[in-house]
Amino acid sequence: MATILRTDEVTKIYGNINAAVVAVDQVSIEVKQGEFVALVGPSGSGKTSLLAMLAALLSPTSGRLSINGQELGRMSERERTCFRREQIGFTFQANNLVPYLTALENVELMLRLNGRLDVTGKARAKDLLVRLGLEDKLNNLPKQLSGGQQQRVAIARALVHRPAVVLADEPTASLDTERAFQVVETFSNLIHEQEGGGIMVTHDLRMTKYVDKVIQMVDGKVRRMLEDRAQIDSLASISSFAAAQASSHEFDSQLVIPELAQPIPAYALIGQAQLV
Amino acid sequence: MAFYLALKEVWRNRGRFLLFSLVIALITTLVLFIAALAGGLATANRQFFDQLDADLLIYQENVDLQAASSRLGLSRLREVRRVDGVAAVGPIGFSAATIVFADRRDTIDVSLIGVEPGQPGDPALLAGPGLRDKRGNEVILDEALAAKAWIGLGEVISIKTIQGTEEEYFDLKVVGLTTERQYLFQPAIIVPMDTWDKIRPQAAGAGGGEVIANVFAVQLAAPQAIDQFANRLTSSVDGVETADKKAAILAIPGYTAQQSTLNTQQGFTLLIGVLVVGGFFQIQTLQKVPQIGMLKAIGSSNGVVGGAALLQIVVVTVIGVAIGGLGTLLLSLGLPAGIPILFSGPAVAGAITALLLIGPVGGLVSIRLAQKIEPLTAIGLIS
Repeated sequence: MATILRTDEVTKIYGNINAAVVAVDQVSIEVKQGEFVALVGPSGSGKTSLLAMLAALLSPTSGRLSINGQELGRMSERERTCFRREQIGFTFQANNLVPYLTALENVELMLRLNGRLDVTGKARAKDLLVRLGLEDKLNNLPKQLSGGQQQRVAIARALVHRPAVVLADEPTASLDTERAFQVVETFSNLIHEQEGGGIMVTHDLRMTKYVDKVIQMVDGKVRRMLEDRAQIDSLASISSFAAAQASSHEFDSQLVIPELAQPIPAYALIGQAQLV
Repeated sequence: MAFYLALKEVWRNRGRFLLFSLVIALITTLVLFIAALAGGLATANRQFFDQLDADLLIYQENVDLQAASSRLGLSRLREVRRVDGVAAVGPIGFSAATIVFADRRDTIDVSLIGVEPGQPGDPALLAGPGLRDKRGNEVILDEALAAKAWIGLGEVISIKTIQGTEEEYFDLKVVGLTTERQYLFQPAIIVPMDTWDKIRPQAAGAGGGEVIANVFAVQLAAPQAIDQFANRLTSSVDGVETADKKAAILAIPGYTAQQSTLNTQQGFTLLIGVLVVGGFFQIQTLQKVPQIGMLKAIGSSNGVVGGAALLQIVVVTVIGVAIGGLGTLLLSLGLPAGIPILFSGPAVAGAITALLLIGPVGGLVSIRLAQKIEPLTAIGLIS
């Protein structure tokens, strides 16, 4: 499969010489077509900054970013706005939807922004919402939808215009476990169907069961990358077990020890989970 | 796209936006009524001069163009007529009187105006033969007064004035009706100059000498050369100064102060409107920062965001001004007849134009704010 997204030693530094903060430190990653990637790491690890650069919302201090063969670092503000509109699909932690547009109108919004709201586009918007189980919610306003339903609408909006890359920032942050699994599973299925790639920033390692690659960031750097299916499944299983022992709200990815390469006995977990 | 977003938001939140339109409607009503009051008061003050068939007015010098203080003997008319460029000149005298009715109806205070029949100042008629006798007990009424007092052509009215310390009554026959022409907030009745001199309020024992008018109204052979004529006149005739009609109106006692006050009120009301609109949309934009950030993050340009904000402001303002205009019209129909309200086309058009602008002007700050919102707010990198 072709590479749809690539970063080469991308760095982002905030502040000036006297008080510089290195948010992203020489990060090099790749995402292939049809690949769904989880970007994990503790708070302050640089995930959001990296996501912002991938979304053409932020320019890197150094390094190169390219999506679908286009280099982001050299784009003007206007070009980046256009790029986001055409090539990026984005879901946010909160405030995903325009409150005065119905579910269907919110999805059609991306097509309308791109001047592609024709009969085919309308049908695709509706079809996505139906696939996401929202066939009877098409004309509901966001305030009439649950958190999970709103996230599903946001996913449909992020995919409707067939972007090169879909970026999801903590899509399960406000969802209960059952809904979270449903949303991510559906998200994963849709990403795999499309020719683009997807990156999901998440604190919840249980969601990694649906991804093809896990990239762990710590202190702005890529600490670990998992591409082996068995390793990823193991990580997800361990996370689920630990969450079952502790409250799911207390579970944090920074509690997972670095040796993610092999299956780890449950008793090896430290932190808030119970020792077995 | 901007149009779509703007109208969708207004429609889905129509209660809130309608409420705000009502605020604009109230401001509109206030502005229009102030404009109408200014127009009505101005008319009540200056209508006689507005309709005077003269190019120039002559006053006694050094009276600051105050007609009541100006004294010009009729003998000076000959001097004025000799000045090159005079087509016609007529004396005008201003005073006050009261129309009384035998059936004890309420009396009507009027401006008693004396003119020379057939000369500038003698008004064009809508009906009747007009003034023919320089000393005749004749009067021309304006049609509004005639209608209000139920006085018809040919009837005799009774005029009361104070002569010395006594009330005296004079009967005058209505020989003409003219267009409405108020002076100093009172309807005008027009009599021959000699009759005016006889019946106007004056001290006991006064009269009998030369008739003294207040001003002379001059029609010029070449009205476009008014400045040259004025110079020629003041150098030929001693003790006089001239004014065109505009200057004469501005010199009417209290006129300028009254209009300035009302114009200031109107201006401040518009300013309040700008601040109110600006405040409302500023608050609304601040509440929508995350939403606007999200729209920009998914690829909406500043043009779309700013355009949507501007369109909303325009829609809300137009609806508010329309409601306010309609409300003003309905209210004006119920106003008592005595209130000096006049809705003139240019004044209303000007007021409505200014009102339509208060929205976009007031909303400029919020539009600018919307454009400056960073899309990074959507992902929490900027709060």
